[in-house]
Parts: sequence; C-alpha cells; structure tokens
Amino acid sequence: MNFRLLRYTLWGLVAILCGLLAFTYVNTRNGSNPQAAQLGVPFNLTDHNGAPITEAAFKGHPTVLFFGFTHCPEVCPTTLFEMAGWLKTLGDEGKDLRVFFISVDPERDTPEVMKGYTSAFTDRITGITGNPQEVEKVLKAWRVYAKKVPTDNGDYTMDHTASVILLDRDGRLKSTIDYKESPDVALKKLRLLLAG
Amino acid sequence: MKHLIRCAAAMLLLTSIANAQAHDHSKMMQGGAAATGDNASMEPVKAGDLTLSGAFARATLPGAKVGGGYLKIDNGSNEPDRLVGGSSPAAARIEVHEMKMDGSIMKMRQLKDGLEIPAGGSAELSPGGAHLMLIDLTSPLREGDMVPVTLDFAKAGKVDVRFMVAPAGAKSMEHH
Repeated sequence: MNFRLLRYTLWGLVAILCGLLAFTYVNTRNGSNPQAAQLGVPFNLTDHNGAPITEAAFKGHPTVLFFGFTHCPEVCPTTLFEMAGWLKTLGDEGKDLRVFFISVDPERDTPEVMKGYTSAFTDRITGITGNPQEVEKVLKAWRVYAKKVPTDNGDYTMDHTASVILLDRDGRLKSTIDYKESPDVALKKLRLLLAG
Repeated sequence: MKHLIRCAAAMLLLTSIANAQAHDHSKMMQGGAAATGDNASMEPVKAGDLTLSGAFARATLPGAKVGGGYLKIDNGSNEPDRLVGGSSPAAARIEVHEMKMDGSIMKMRQLKDGLEIPAGGSAELSPGGAHLMLIDLTSPLREGDMVPVTLDFAKAGKVDVRFMVAPAGAKSMEHH
C-alpha cells in the first residue's frame, strides 16, 4: 500500500520534472533565438544616398539590420565597428549579405549624416532614415524599442534596442546577435544565416 | 522501484543543468564592461589626494557630435569626492554619463549628481559604464590627438588632464 503510494508519487514527480524540463528548454530557445515570426511592415524611407527604399530591400538576400543613431557615443559605433569586422572576416563568403543601419533618431540623422557615419566603418552598410512617423512604424513592426531621453540644455539622447537582427532571404526573422556577444558566436550565426 | 528513483533523480539533474545553462546564457548576452586601460598613455596626474590615470577618448566619426572620455580616478583621502563635470576647448560642454544595458536595450543617463570617488577607493570611467560625454565637439576627435580637459570635482576642485585619442572602436580592437 505504502509502496504503491510512493510509486505514484515518484511517477508524478517524473511527470512534473519532464514538464519543467520542456518548459526550460522552450524558454531558453525563445530567449536566444526568437521564433521565425513574420515581423516587419511595408515602408517608404530614404537610403543614405537619398534614394527611396522600401521593405523590398530586406528580401532576396540574407539581411542584417541594426537600429541606432549617429549621436550615439557607445553602442552604435561599437556595433558598427564589429559588423565591419564580421564582414571583413567573412570576405567573399559574406558577399550575399545586405546590411542596414536604420536610424531611431531621424530628426537629426539626415541621409548625408548617415552616409558619413556608416562609410567611416565600411562601404557594406547602408544607412536608412526618413519621415519620423514612418521610422516609428518600422521600429514598432520590428519590435525595436527606442525612446528619447532629455538631457541638459534641451538636448536629448536615445535609449534603444542594441541587438542586431538577422533576416533570411524571405525577410523573416532568423535570429539576433546581442550586444557584446563574442565575434565567434556572431560569425557562427551569420554563417548559419548564409547557409539557410 | 530503484529504477524509478534513479529516473526521477536524473530528471531533476537535467532540469537543474538546463536552468544553469539558461542563466549562463543570459549573463553572457547582457555582457559586462570590457576591460580598458590598455589605451592609457598619459602620466598619472596628482591633484591633492586624487590620482588620475589612463585618460583616453575615442576617435569620433564623421557627423558624430559627441565623444566619450574615460579614465581612472584614485582617491587617497579618507573622505569621498565627486566628479561633477568638466570643460574643454574641444567641446561645448562635458557631462558625466552612465551607460547601462537593460536586457537588450541600451540606456544612457546623465549622472546629475556626478560620480562618487569613494574614500580610499577609486572610480573607473570605461566604455560600457560611466564616462565623460564631450558634447557638441568643435571638431572630430582624431586618433593620436591629445584633448585638454579640465575636470570638476566637488572637493578637489578643477584638475587639468589630457586625454589621448584612441581608435574609434578602441574597446573592441583587442578582439580583432
């Protein structure tokens, strides 16, 4: 009798742990590798050469998106610098990649400012900016957080999502590279993207 | 029966391992401040009980209006001091800021009360953490330049320091 109770209890425990394990697994996966969801939205913006650009630019090639701003003293230059490094390391292997730097601060980031900024790192990154409402729409659709934070003298800085977003050839979210992830991990993710 | 107990134990172990990995991963993703100080090239400056060392700024990019300044401050006194700001002919103004990662979101805040230099301790301004923000640069900071800065401390008063300009990606150079 007692034996049977113990047996049921233990099987119950096994069932609970199984569930917990599955939950942890799914959670971990979602944390580092968001499901390939259909994100994004049609848009009309301007590239750093002053030419119109739409959501079509994110399709047909494995695509890398980074959202930031040129008045950004830290995360953006560091990330763009690292992106330029990844592209250099990949060389011909990464020829197919399209890389975009999308401004979260379109009021200050004109196409000329964006061009001067991105070209300081590499000629492989295309800056995108334009109408603030249109930019806002794109940020929302990619679930990118960006918020103006006032500083002294009526100036402002921006809090923003610092992850790099990787899209497959169909423009679907494949994975992300987080700020400070090692170059090895970043390259692995990019190679997976290129292979996919 | 024994088999069942063993099975339960194995599950428990697996779950804890999975959890531990999840933790490690999130820690890794949030990252920590990278080591700095390799760019230090100036002689330490002494001002009363304070010693300032390893001052460097990062070269700025075309179009960039702000630059970051970094250094280490040691306080030999038994009273704390505060770095409240500074000035430089290279920028319209200088503020003390702090960068923090909140998950994947980068947050930047001005430290309005300045940065404390604890009594008998030190404060490090480094990429990824607290830093001096040189705002409205009069001209881009070029690698190899020396930028004169007057720092403002609550107790020690004004202290002149020269910041050596390191490459734009100075923090990440060591990875490449």
